[in-house]
Order: sequence, then structure tokens, then C-alpha cells
Amino acid sequence: MKSRSMRWSAYGILGVLVFSLVRAITGSSDLTSVGTFNAALLLAIPIALAGLGGLFSERAGVVNIGLEGMMVMGTWAAGFWGYQRGPWMGIVMAVIFGTIAAAVHAVATISFGVDHVVSGVAINLIAPGIVRYLSVIVYQDSNIPGAGPTQSPSVQSIGSNGLPFLSGGHVLGWQSPDLLGSIGAKGWFFISDISRILRGLTGDVSYVTMLCLLLFPLSWYLLWRTKFGLRLRSAGEAPVAAESLGVNVYRVKYIGVLISGALAGLAGGFLAIVASSNYQEGQTGGRGFIGLAAMLFGNWRPGGLLMGSALFGFSDALQLRASDAVHSALLVIAIGFAVYAVAQWRQGRRVGGAVTLALGLGVFALFTYVKELPGPFVTMTPYVTTLVVLSLATQRLRMPAKDGVPYRKGGDS
Amino acid sequence: MSRRFSPQSIALTLAAPLVAAVFGLGISSIALMITHNSPLETFRAMWDYGTQVGSLIEMVNLGAVYYIAALAVALTFKAGLFNIGVESQIRLGALFAAWIGAMFTLPPVLHVFVILVVASLVGAMWAFLPALLKVKRGVSEVISTIMLNSIGSALSAYLLADHFQQLVAGSNNVTTKPLPQSAWVPDLMSWLNRVGIKDVPGGGPYGLVFLAVALGFLYSFIVNRTRFGFDLRASGASPTAASVSGVNPKRMIILAMMLSGAFAGLAMMPVMLGESHAYTLGFRGGVGFTGIAIALLGRNNAVGIAFSSLLFGFLEVSARILELNGIATEIYIIMQGAILLSAVAAYEVVRRYRETLNARALARAGVTA
Repeated sequence: MKSRSMRWSAYGILGVLVFSLVRAITGSSDLTSVGTFNAALLLAIPIALAGLGGLFSERAGVVNIGLEGMMVMGTWAAGFWGYQRGPWMGIVMAVIFGTIAAAVHAVATISFGVDHVVSGVAINLIAPGIVRYLSVIVYQDSNIPGAGPTQSPSVQSIGSNGLPFLSGGHVLGWQSPDLLGSIGAKGWFFISDISRILRGLTGDVSYVTMLCLLLFPLSWYLLWRTKFGLRLRSAGEAPVAAESLGVNVYRVKYIGVLISGALAGLAGGFLAIVASSNYQEGQTGGRGFIGLAAMLFGNWRPGGLLMGSALFGFSDALQLRASDAVHSALLVIAIGFAVYAVAQWRQGRRVGGAVTLALGLGVFALFTYVKELPGPFVTMTPYVTTLVVLSLATQRLRMPAKDGVPYRKGGDS
Repeated sequence: MSRRFSPQSIALTLAAPLVAAVFGLGISSIALMITHNSPLETFRAMWDYGTQVGSLIEMVNLGAVYYIAALAVALTFKAGLFNIGVESQIRLGALFAAWIGAMFTLPPVLHVFVILVVASLVGAMWAFLPALLKVKRGVSEVISTIMLNSIGSALSAYLLADHFQQLVAGSNNVTTKPLPQSAWVPDLMSWLNRVGIKDVPGGGPYGLVFLAVALGFLYSFIVNRTRFGFDLRASGASPTAASVSGVNPKRMIILAMMLSGAFAGLAMMPVMLGESHAYTLGFRGGVGFTGIAIALLGRNNAVGIAFSSLLFGFLEVSARILELNGIATEIYIIMQGAILLSAVAAYEVVRRYRETLNARALARAGVTA
């Protein structure tokens, strides 16, 4: 256990070293700036929450492609109740709306045995229609400033805080010093870079973000260390066996799907209230699907899922903040490919290593010859990242055995 | 199966769509009542407007586009795959067809044919990517096609703005160079005139409505009457059984996805060659997603999909009148969604009920399952 965590810290330090090097070479400071990492955290959370939602549902054996639609419901509810009753109420209503959408999915898939993907797609189709319909009704002729058929009025923001002493957090109204921030501003190679990264991740963090992050260890504990978790996972692995041992499989699946919707709704609420300041149509932008991809990448486990989301969040943040940072990130990717190629070669996978090396050289050529990426290519970053990561990672995954298989009590499936 | 056409069996077949329609109307009535609108009056207004000649023509035009998109999706359903990427295959197919088609003039019919070939080739190539990722790297096509949708729309925006754009003085509309006349397909208004229907402002049905019909026959033929279609359905029903009987599953995945992409690339052709004569920035989005819903509702059957496309087209067109009555037009999306969800649930319930009936019949006949 100890050697594993040491290995991971070594990887982490090596990664930061590469980033600082590239930052120093290319001069694009956004690669390791406080702002980028603060934004990365902000953008990773909705993806991670959606992925965690997918995890609860799929561990119970129900594929949930409807996460995106449930998130959409969450964004709308957060905007509507957020501006009327304050941001916390908005978050609560987002969770409730996500759960309502999930209830539809649960009834369709568990009680009626509808194909899981079909039901999920239906939810993704209906949800945008419903929120547009609701928006037209409540906002169209309302004369509320900022409100319209595609967006809600702005919502008050929820407070934020940071680590005291290290990241300038405030304790009982007293502003503590900002140690990491001042080291980060010094411009020392590597040390300042790592300080800026840590400052971005631990300073000015919304209270909601902290709560959301807590959900991950909590979910792990719930799923892998409690009786309920064992039952839920058994419904996804071997529902017939579970039923024969007295587990109420239908009920467990219902709970899994409902939790999934609640988390997706929360992800939507987070997008509307924390990552932005109001509901906007199309705000989810496929993040529900990217969350699913993060879950696949994480091999149906909370830790891996969080890592996948961090990667997607980071690529999204780069894309949003500066296009030259995306360009510099190409160099990081090229170096990453090269390192991976060497590792493959040493494991005896000569062909795989050669292909990876060729890919790395290709990316390096792109970095060298294309000086500035056109805007649309920058927007593609998170989606391309998702595709590349999935195609590199999906080889050794193991999904729950009966994931996506409709279960019928007394049936033989 | 002598009981295939028994009254009970027919009743069961009709039960699912009927239940779905009732449920769909019920849910939309609730949505309307929540907002203090009378469902009856709303439905009547929609019916009155929707059954006018102009609206019916629009319904057919919209239905043709949806039909092609839905066939593309259904092809992959038959193979046990799910091509959510139809949306971007449509878009890129249309964009490249418009760009290449405007480069030259050819004899009329040949020109149209060349454009159609380009559109379906580009669609097939864009669908090849997720197929390759699935076969080579085991990436779920559901996720990869969704990602490729986002990538495709960014790519097409870039290509249109930076490379394919034709600047028109005094216009803000971003569009490709207009297609020469030889690539235009005239509408069918003159045919309607002959049977006594007068001109309507919106124009007649697109000439390429026939393309949709032809593709429907082609789809039916491929799936039900060819060796390829049999292999396709076999690998959809049971991949293991199919591979035991000599079907190469990887080859099937690639062929099914590419064929689906080829269909998808054609979806916007009725509009492009019949009306817009160019690819514009305001290109209609969401056709691919609606196509998914229609394929599901039509149960992957060419005739079923045809009815579903017309139904979706009708709801969308007839809802336009509601804006005048101060009702949000988006009610039609709720109707479509409610019909779809209740339909798939009803199909499943009927299927289970039938299974029970069969089991009982077998038990009566003295066979133990």
C-alpha cells in the first residue's frame, strides 16, 4: 500500500515537472496558473458528479445514459428556485428535479423492462423540451431582468473559502495569509508552479465544491463497506443469486437509479449556480456523457472516476481560458506519449510502443508547425481528450456482469 | 402459427400504439393544464392548422428528412449497435456535398447523383471512426459517437467559416457557394396542381421525398432479403451465435456503422437540393436525435418508421399555430417524448403478456416448458 502511494506521488511530481518545463519553454503561463487549476476543479466537479451518478446506477445493473437529461433538469431547477429562494434552495431543487427524472427512468427500466439505453435516450430527448417549455411559461413575458426563454435571472453566489494560512482562507471573518499564493507569484521554476497548482485547487473553493468532494469517499464507503452497498452491487453482478438470498433486487435497483438522478441533478445545479451564475439553455454541453466516459475510464470505481474527471476538467479549463495553453498542452501530450511508448517498449510490447511513439511524434509535429490552433479546434479539446483517453484505456476494464440487462423477478436472465 | 391472425393477436398488436397515444395525450394534457390552457382547445387548434394543405406539405417534407435519419439509426439497432452520431454524419455529409457540388456543373440528373454519392460517402467515413475505435480499441460506440457529434459540429463550423464560405455582399448569412441549377431538384407542386390542389406559399413537397421512399425500400430489402441483412440481424440478436455460424463480428460492426453513416449523410439532401441550394450557418440541428426517437417508435420497421416520421412531423408543424394562442410551441417535444416513452413501455408490456399467453397455451397443450 505504501509503495503504491509513493509511486503515485512520484508520477504526480514527474507530471508537474513536465508541465513546468513546457510552461518555461513555451511561455504560456496559463498552463500552470492558479486560475486554470481553480477552473479545472470547478469544471471537473459536474463531470465527476455525473460519473458518480452513473456509478450508482450501473453498479445496480441499470445503464443510465439519461444522466445528461437529468442534469438538464437540475440546471433549470437551480436557476428557477435559485433566483427566488437563494442558491442553497436552488441546489436542493436541482437534486429533487434530477431525482424526478430518474424516477421515470427507474419505472421504465425496472418495472416495465424497457431497454436501458432506449429509456435514457428518451429522457435526454424530453428534458430539454420540458425545460424550454417551462422557461417560456415562467420567463417569457415576465419582465424579470435577465430572464428569457433560454436563461434564468442570475442567482446569488454561494460563498467560498480556502485552506487557512496556505491558501488565504478566512476563519471566522479573519483573513489568513496566503502562503502558496505568494510563493506562486515568485517565478521560481517548479516550486512556484507547484504552489500555483495547489493554490488553485485549495483556495477560493466554493462550499458546495467541498461538499461534493466529500461525496466521493462517502460513496466508496457506502458501496464497498456497508451491507447496503453489497446488496446494490450484487444487483448489478448477479441479480438472480441476490434475489435467492433475500435481497429485494427491484428495490435496490430503484434506490441506485434514484441516487444516480439526485447526483446528476446536483451536477446540473452545480453548473448553474457554482460554475456559472444562472441557468442557460444547453449549459450541460454533453457533460453527462463525459461523466459516463469518466466512469468507464475509472473502471466503475469512485477513485478512477475522479481521476478521469480531473483530466476532462483540466482540458476543459485550458480550452476556456486560453487557446495558446491548449497549443502548449500539445507538447505535454507529445512528451506523455513518448514516456508511455518507452514503458510499452520495456514491457516487450514493441508494436504498441512504436505506434504510441508515432502518435507522439505526430502531436509534436502539430505543435511545431501549427503556431495557433483555430478556435473551433480549441473547443474540441475536452471531447478529443475523452476519445483519446478512452481508446488508450478501455482494454482492461471490467463492468458489472449484469449491467444493462433487464432483470425480471422470477425470470431466468 | 395459425393463431397469428386471431382477433386476440390483432388486438394485442394494436394495443401498444393505442395505449401510447392515449398516454402521450394524457401527459401533454397535464402539462397544458398546469399552465392553465385547455387541452381540448389546444389539440383542436393543432388539428385544424395541421390538416391544412400547406401544413401537410411541410409535414411530408419534414417527415422525409426524419425518415432518412431514422433509417440510419435503425440499421445499427438491427446490428445491436447504437449510432448516436447520426447528427454529425448528417451535418458533415451535407457540408461536403454542398461544397463539392458547387465546384462544377454536370448534366442535371448526373449532378444530383454525384452530390448524393459525396454526401453518403462522407457520412460513411465519419461513421467509420467510431466503428474502428470499437473494433480496435473496444471503445463503446455510444460514447464515441456522442463525442464525435461535438467534434463534428465544431469541425463543420470551422470548415464553413474558414474554408468553404462564400461571401455575399450585404448579407450576414454565412453560406457555401450556391449549387448550380443543374443540381436543383424541383418540387412536386405541379403534380399537386394537376389533381386540383392550388399553390401554397411555402412551396410543394420536395422532389427528393422519393429518395426517402426509395431508401425505405432499400432498407427493407437489405435487412430482410439479403445475406448481409441476415448476418446483421443475427449479430444483433446474439453475437456469439452469429460468430459461431461464421459471421465476423468486427466486419459486421464496421459495415453496419458505415452503411448507417451513408444513409445519414443523405438525410438533409431533400432540403439542400430542393430548397436551400447551399449549406448555411442556420443549418437545422437535432435531426439526428429526433431520428433516434423515430426509429425507436417505429420499431426499426420501414413502415413503422414512416408512420412515426409523419407523426413527429405533424406534431412539430401543427404546434406552430400555438404561438399565436400564447402557448409555448415546445409542447410538441413533450408530446413526442411522452408518446415515445409510453410506446416503448407498452411494447414491452404487450410482449410480456404475449409470452405469458404462449406459456399458458403450451401448458394447456400438455407441454411443460
